[in-house]
Amino acid sequence: MSVMETEYRFTHKHILGIEDLSAEDIDYILRAAESFKEISQRPIKKVPTLRGKTVINLFFEPSTRTRLSFEVAAKRLSADTFNVAASSSSTTKGETLVDTARNLEAMNPDIIIIRHSRSGSPRLLANHIDASVLNAGDGVHEHPSQALLDMMTVREKKGELAGLKIAIIGDIAHSRVAHSNILGFAKMGAQVAVSGPATLIPAGVAEMGATVCESVEEAVADADVVMALRIQKERQRDPLIPSLREYAKFFGITARTLAGAKDDALVMHPGPINRGVEMDPAIADGPRSVILEQVTNGVAVRMALLYLILGGE
Amino acid sequence: MDFSPLHEASTQPVLLVNGRIIDPANGIDQTGDILIENAVIKAIGPNLQVDPQVELQRIDLQGKWVVPGLIDMHVHLREPGDEYKETVASGTKAAAAGGFTAVAAMPNTKPVNDNQAVTTLLLSKAVEGYARVYPVGAISQGSSGDNLAEYGEMQAAGVVAVTDDGLPVLDGQLMRRALEYASNYKLLVISHSEELSLSRHGAMNEGSISTRMGLIGIPRVAEEIMVYRDLALARYTGSAVHIAHVSTRESVSLIRRAKEQGCRVTAETAPHYFTLTEEAIGSYDAKAKMNPPLRTADDLVAIKEGLVDGTLDAIATDHAPHSELEKDVEFDLAANGIIGLETAVPLALAMVREGLFAPARLVELLSVNPARILGVAGGSLAVGAVADVTVIDPERSFRYDLEQVVSKSRNSPFLGWDLIGKAVLTMVNGKVTYTDI
Ligand SMILES: [Zn+2]
Repeated sequence: MSVMETEYRFTHKHILGIEDLSAEDIDYILRAAESFKEISQRPIKKVPTLRGKTVINLFFEPSTRTRLSFEVAAKRLSADTFNVAASSSSTTKGETLVDTARNLEAMNPDIIIIRHSRSGSPRLLANHIDASVLNAGDGVHEHPSQALLDMMTVREKKGELAGLKIAIIGDIAHSRVAHSNILGFAKMGAQVAVSGPATLIPAGVAEMGATVCESVEEAVADADVVMALRIQKERQRDPLIPSLREYAKFFGITARTLAGAKDDALVMHPGPINRGVEMDPAIADGPRSVILEQVTNGVAVRMALLYLILGGE
Repeated sequence: MDFSPLHEASTQPVLLVNGRIIDPANGIDQTGDILIENAVIKAIGPNLQVDPQVELQRIDLQGKWVVPGLIDMHVHLREPGDEYKETVASGTKAAAAGGFTAVAAMPNTKPVNDNQAVTTLLLSKAVEGYARVYPVGAISQGSSGDNLAEYGEMQAAGVVAVTDDGLPVLDGQLMRRALEYASNYKLLVISHSEELSLSRHGAMNEGSISTRMGLIGIPRVAEEIMVYRDLALARYTGSAVHIAHVSTRESVSLIRRAKEQGCRVTAETAPHYFTLTEEAIGSYDAKAKMNPPLRTADDLVAIKEGLVDGTLDAIATDHAPHSELEKDVEFDLAANGIIGLETAVPLALAMVREGLFAPARLVELLSVNPARILGVAGGSLAVGAVADVTVIDPERSFRYDLEQVVSKSRNSPFLGWDLIGKAVLTMVNGKVTYTDI
């Protein structure tokens, strides 16, 4: 093991998804993130590691939380950051994503952090530029930094990921967070159980490493972690669920659902929460909830990713 | 590769010497010579004696196959409207390079070929092309699915079949009326079988890969439900229906059973459905995006079974040119379709090398059956038959790379592939439009 550790090199130029990472990569990123977390607790929260590096936040979808988290991470490492708010609709007509990529490339950025409503957009960007690309969420594909911060949070609380049971409840089909978490936790040796309305459980999710449970109770039984996903109000019109009211009643996480989980089970949510829909407010704000720690760890994980991609010493 | 457009090609008599003549329509598979004169097959047989006074072009074809001209019954030529993707000239040139002497041109042009004026325009362009063009008209006006197009007038202008290809006919009553009305003209109705309410917004086959890639899936049932509907309507009306681009195991089964029951159905599949699976999409490669989408290994096996046992009658390419503008974009925004004319022969030959069927079956799938289904000339090398002839070198290997591409577009998932078997001569109406011997 120690031989492996000395030989290990982080070689990824881009972070497009958890799918491309090995268990060893994930472990390495999480360990780096743990050491970066300490920086955020200092009185002066800044190190010169990435001075002179240019980071562009290219967000085609509004996202205050993730964008801010990346921006804070980059600034704490002394990188120059620029925010580009683009709209996906303007790129479907006129300027294409490839045009945008070439324009940004002309400014010689070191890394482009992209959030886009279409799955695979970060790959398309990476195909056309020399800079590194970091996926901050693409369509319903992946959201790797979110899964990494979730894994970091669980590891902090539970010590090890291997052998844990992770229950993910809700709209698995439209959740890039769920996809990245299923892949990530499974790679780290955890058992992932998913449940929700069958209309929101996508085809072939078992082949990604998750066990599909018909009932929420079954998924939550003896779980170490219970993660609820945001349900989007539009799903009522799709038609995938009849009403948020019925969803809350049968698929929302309440004290009763949680009773089947382990006594020290963690409650997580990638946010933002529809309180009273996918989770009872008493649970979200309760003692088992680590939702705010997820936010803190988000900065640390993103610092680690920027540092590792840009080849910091 | 040398090309001559039809209006410039030599009309000199040609003697094809010593090729393996494969002509299943006439039960022939033997080495021999063929004399072509005045656009027809004048004589055929071993060691043909020709009047030495006659000035003719002699072409030695030792080791090569001489077959009736290949007919691709599903091609998008993009003219009129999208000439930046393909034109009648560039598309038929790609056809000739692939060994096709004729192509059926789908009506989803701009404007739609739903009237005799567009049909006439298309045929006027074909005069300067490299292969025959058989226009296919629209089922409904504007392919909008509302009212029937004018089948009689379109047929008089040269249309050989009708379809709203690219779009399914969603309204069952309209499809029924199309089948009934087309029977007055003995006009074939081609079904693009897709239940849009199940496939809409989809970007690839539905399954674990679409889920992993975060792409909206197109389930197999979206195709199968419509295949079943159109088979049921064909049976009910007694009319003939042709199912385009079959891609799933269950579609093959449905067609097989309908044929056993005497239903008037024919069907085609495309080379990509017996060569590739959804895995070819790799990391969002839009060059492997088409509709219906690439399916699974199990479907691929079933497609081959259908080609072997006669459930599937024809191999058609669904040649669908698109430029970088439509393809080098986010995967779910990318246009459906790939070019296929230049790669069909080697991809189909792979099944002969695999031992799935004899060369004669390949000729049925690519020539005899398309001619019969569309009711057009060709598919035969009988004396007196029209001189549409293709020569295939089954051993010739080549790399299909960008420099090789003849089509105006380059959207092929087979770029960079090393292929075995190639059309080396294409003769249309007695004129050699392409050679690469
Ligand atoms: Zn079609």
